[in-house]
Amino acid sequence: MASKVIHALYTDDDVLMDAVKKVRSERYHIEEVFCPFPVHGLDKAMGIPHTRLAITSFMYGCVGLTVAVLMMNYIMIEDWPQNIGGKPSFSYIENMPAFVPIMFELTVFFAAHLMVITFYMRSRLWPFKEAENPDVRTTDDHFLMEVDAGNHDIEKLTSLLGDTGAVEIKIIDKEEDNH
Amino acid sequence: MYTLSNRLRLFSIILMVVGLVGLVIGFAKAPSSIEEVKEMMAAHDTHGGGHGGSETEIHAGNTVHAEHDLEKDAHSGDAHYEHVLHQLQNKPWASLYAAAFFFFMIALGVLAFYAIQFAAQAGWSPVLFRVMEAITAYLVPGGLILFVILALSGFHVNHLFVWADPEVVAHDKLIQGKSSWLNGTGFIIRAAIFLGGWLLYRHFAVKYSRKQDEDSTGNKWYKKSFKISAGFLVFFIYTESMMSWDWIMSFDPHWFSTLFGWYVFASLFVSGITTIALITIYLKSKGYLEFVNDSHIHDLAKFMFGISIFWTYLWFSQFMLIWYSNIPEEVTYFITRIEDYKLPFFGMLVMNFIFPLLVLMNSDFKRVNWFVVMAGIVILCGHYIDVYNMIMPATVGESWFIGISEISAVLLFLGLFLFVVFRALTKAPLLAKGNPYLEESKHFHY
Repeated sequence: MASKVIHALYTDDDVLMDAVKKVRSERYHIEEVFCPFPVHGLDKAMGIPHTRLAITSFMYGCVGLTVAVLMMNYIMIEDWPQNIGGKPSFSYIENMPAFVPIMFELTVFFAAHLMVITFYMRSRLWPFKEAENPDVRTTDDHFLMEVDAGNHDIEKLTSLLGDTGAVEIKIIDKEEDNH
Repeated sequence: MYTLSNRLRLFSIILMVVGLVGLVIGFAKAPSSIEEVKEMMAAHDTHGGGHGGSETEIHAGNTVHAEHDLEKDAHSGDAHYEHVLHQLQNKPWASLYAAAFFFFMIALGVLAFYAIQFAAQAGWSPVLFRVMEAITAYLVPGGLILFVILALSGFHVNHLFVWADPEVVAHDKLIQGKSSWLNGTGFIIRAAIFLGGWLLYRHFAVKYSRKQDEDSTGNKWYKKSFKISAGFLVFFIYTESMMSWDWIMSFDPHWFSTLFGWYVFASLFVSGITTIALITIYLKSKGYLEFVNDSHIHDLAKFMFGISIFWTYLWFSQFMLIWYSNIPEEVTYFITRIEDYKLPFFGMLVMNFIFPLLVLMNSDFKRVNWFVVMAGIVILCGHYIDVYNMIMPATVGESWFIGISEISAVLLFLGLFLFVVFRALTKAPLLAKGNPYLEESKHFHY
């Protein structure tokens, strides 16, 4: 079954923000907004639930810290203790200040890399993936709002979008299992 | 316009009076002779404190003991008691100094933050400018009081700085080598230059900000603010660094650290930003500053979080290098602190690093006012202890305790600070309406 969506293009992020708020207040469903750059507050305006990426990042950081502690403990204390600068490696806690830089770096390393990988997986991005954005201009200087037409009156919807400052409005028939 | 409520005025005056009385008692209670020290210590010993018999104390290079090097650290007979006598006589002075410096450094941190807002042409912060200007008003009385204390110390009226004692210098080759910098006259001249420069910038920055409100055509006054702020920041970063050597690092004149200026800067910067946040939230709770929204508080809390981490980074950079290299004349600084000041030394790390890290990490918590207030109070207490840790080991040594003079000194300067800051708030409208970035700031959202 084919469904109808409307593509409205904007050229300014402030106009877009106001348009998103207006369209949502009229109880239309916005499928997606494509932007050439991140627009602050757009996620809130669209009513998208808060990202949980930060929580995963915290957990990855904890994993990194644990890995660093276990690794340094094994390498420097258990496996091959050395006397460096008059500080023999007999206990982890006594030599802890020397290990802090590694603990810090691995915390950051794990948090950053695993968070990016999580982000890619969550956004279904991988190498050689076909671009999903419907209009190449959204990678340059246009913003595209995709509104679900559903059972709404299309004329009324397009005139509303025109009022919000859209520079171009297109009605698209979308095949359900197109992608 | 803000009006100072009678309750707040009364509260700050009571704080000042209580603090002053307590401080007088603290000075009066300081022992004046060896006999009194012996009596005090005997009284302590009956309580089971083994202070009198502390023959095993390690005094490796602690500069308080410079004068005792004469006696080859014999610690027999009256030498030890005389030593404790000096420490206890220093105690009220040192607590007065620590509190005076702490509240002064808050105002100084705010002044630097304020100048950065102008130099960076920040768009988010103009709604907070009047709060910042009011806090910097404390620089005038706070700076004068500090100057008087410094002058008294620099000319050896009290015994805070060992390098100011001719007796000590005569027997100390290292201080003799530094005496072209560390001498009373130079000390006072430099203090006058530092304070003069900062107060001058403060005067003109506030003046231009008020003028910009009256006449904002062409942003003439704003441009002037921009120029002097940029100039001030250059002046500030040099003088702040030298100030930290003079006013704090020279308590231990044998010891030095090249990043000490940055370390003190991080401390004063985070304390200043925290105070801006606390006073803003207080004023908002009283129904003022309706144009300040959650995002402004959020940004201040981000700064509190970020600069706390920055402080820790500098603290650790200083600590780890000295700890690792383990050179006697350097590491003595931390040995005294870890052995005699274990609780404040490690407690400060928890309050200034671990607590803000965990409490302010979550983005949503930075918008919850009571969370920011709670974190802010802990950060401020932590940085007072930080200052305490920088000053006390060299002046009071192992005879420290948080007693009547410490608490009274804090109360005195807290009262003065609140009184001056909130009175300064009444002097001008709370909105810097002429600022060209005001609209952006009002609509600031994250």
